[in-house]
Amino acid sequence: MLKLLKYALYDILKSRFAIIYTVFLAMVAVSIYQVSDDLSKVSLSLMNILIMIVPLISAVFATTHFYNNLEFIELMLAQPVKRSQVFLSQLFAVILMLSLSIVIGFGLPMVLWGADSSLITLLAVGVILSAVFTGFAFLASVITRDKAKAIGISLALWIYFSLVYDGFVLYLIYSFADYPLEKVTLGLVMLNPVDLGRILMLMQLDISALMGYTGAFFQQFFSSGLGVLVSAGALVLWMLWPGMLASRVFGKRDF
Amino acid sequence: MISVNAISKKFGKQEVLKEFKLSFEKGNSYAIMGPNGSGKTTLIKSILGMVLPDKGEILVNGQSIKGRNDYRQLIGYMPQIGRYPQNMKIGQLFSMMKDMRPEIKQYDLDLVEEFELDKIKDKSMGTLSGGTRQKVSAALAFLFNPEILILDEPTAGLDPIAVEILKSKIKRERESGKLILITSHILSDLEELTNQAIYIFEGEVFFNDSIESLKEITSEEKFSPAIAKLMQWTLKKKSTTKVLTYA
Repeated sequence: MLKLLKYALYDILKSRFAIIYTVFLAMVAVSIYQVSDDLSKVSLSLMNILIMIVPLISAVFATTHFYNNLEFIELMLAQPVKRSQVFLSQLFAVILMLSLSIVIGFGLPMVLWGADSSLITLLAVGVILSAVFTGFAFLASVITRDKAKAIGISLALWIYFSLVYDGFVLYLIYSFADYPLEKVTLGLVMLNPVDLGRILMLMQLDISALMGYTGAFFQQFFSSGLGVLVSAGALVLWMLWPGMLASRVFGKRDF
Repeated sequence: MISVNAISKKFGKQEVLKEFKLSFEKGNSYAIMGPNGSGKTTLIKSILGMVLPDKGEILVNGQSIKGRNDYRQLIGYMPQIGRYPQNMKIGQLFSMMKDMRPEIKQYDLDLVEEFELDKIKDKSMGTLSGGTRQKVSAALAFLFNPEILILDEPTAGLDPIAVEILKSKIKRERESGKLILITSHILSDLEELTNQAIYIFEGEVFFNDSIESLKEITSEEKFSPAIAKLMQWTLKKKSTTKVLTYA
């Protein structure tokens, strides 16, 4: 397994994409740090960018990477190694590379200009979202036989979780505005990893006070021990199930 | 050594292998023939575990290969179209493959030397021509001195000198008592390299016996007319079944 991971990582780090992505993230972070001295404003701006960009890049890159590496995968499948290990080594290599890019690209400016707990949370959310969307991308890749279709599915999932889902939640809240909806919205947030990441970030900032009663309720929930446990559990589930399902499909796929 | 017990495989609606039964014994060299799309490559990939049959099982040395991977240590596989990581160099590819089978310390470098792959070990796989890639595939298949060699169209795309080098290597391995499976459309190569003929037609075994008895049954003295006759028979069989179904 480690051997396979070594070769998969070696291959991925040699591609220019890893460097371009890291430099891009670093440039974004540096420019935002230049604009404002207020750390909470910096982290809010960085969050808005991260929450849109990271899932998108993860989804597209992971799908293309899977299809570009099909040769390597086929070569390994004829060797005395386990199928699941071939798959997991590819998955972990992509997650590791994307996470490293975020940690270096956003982390270096933080080391230079200072960070608070919200910025550390931001890094964690970035890493988690990379893992979630890489899982989705690999799932899309193994259930299709065509690169274009797989990218289509990955993008559709990104649009759904980043845009469509929020619209749906807003519509729901607006339609049932007369009822107490805090717990329902909380439940709905758990069903979307992007929203969950966003809320976790917002709770670190003071602006939750601006979100009215729901904001106060969320603040109370996410600062309680149970709330942290539940949201962390939900995020872990989001990181695990797409990859595990993809691994099962991969195990039964013909090459 | 390898027995294929009634495996069936469908790709979508197309039934590629139908209750397919065969066994391969050590010390023999088998020619697997059949028209394009008859299921040769699917059979080979099933033995390697890359294609998973819908029904039936495959035994290697008496053990089912389902869910196992260690049996692949015994197999050297040369694919029809060798596909390799584009930005990996030849030398790196070889050291990676050696790394995948750490328990094997003695390498068979005959083909590496004869194809002079050492001289181009810094070239990356993406820049190689089809023929050179075939040479790499061949050298990798023989590298670990495996007991079973599966060669899918080994001579296609190679230049005449390389073909002769590869053929003499296959003959040497055959004499040392290995099990060799070769698919090819070049009948003269097959006649030279194999002693058993298997003809697959539409996912079923149409003929499976020694080349000698193939010649006897078809009452031909040479290999290629014998195969041609076999192909004519399959066509007749096909037309009769068609008539029956339309009647």
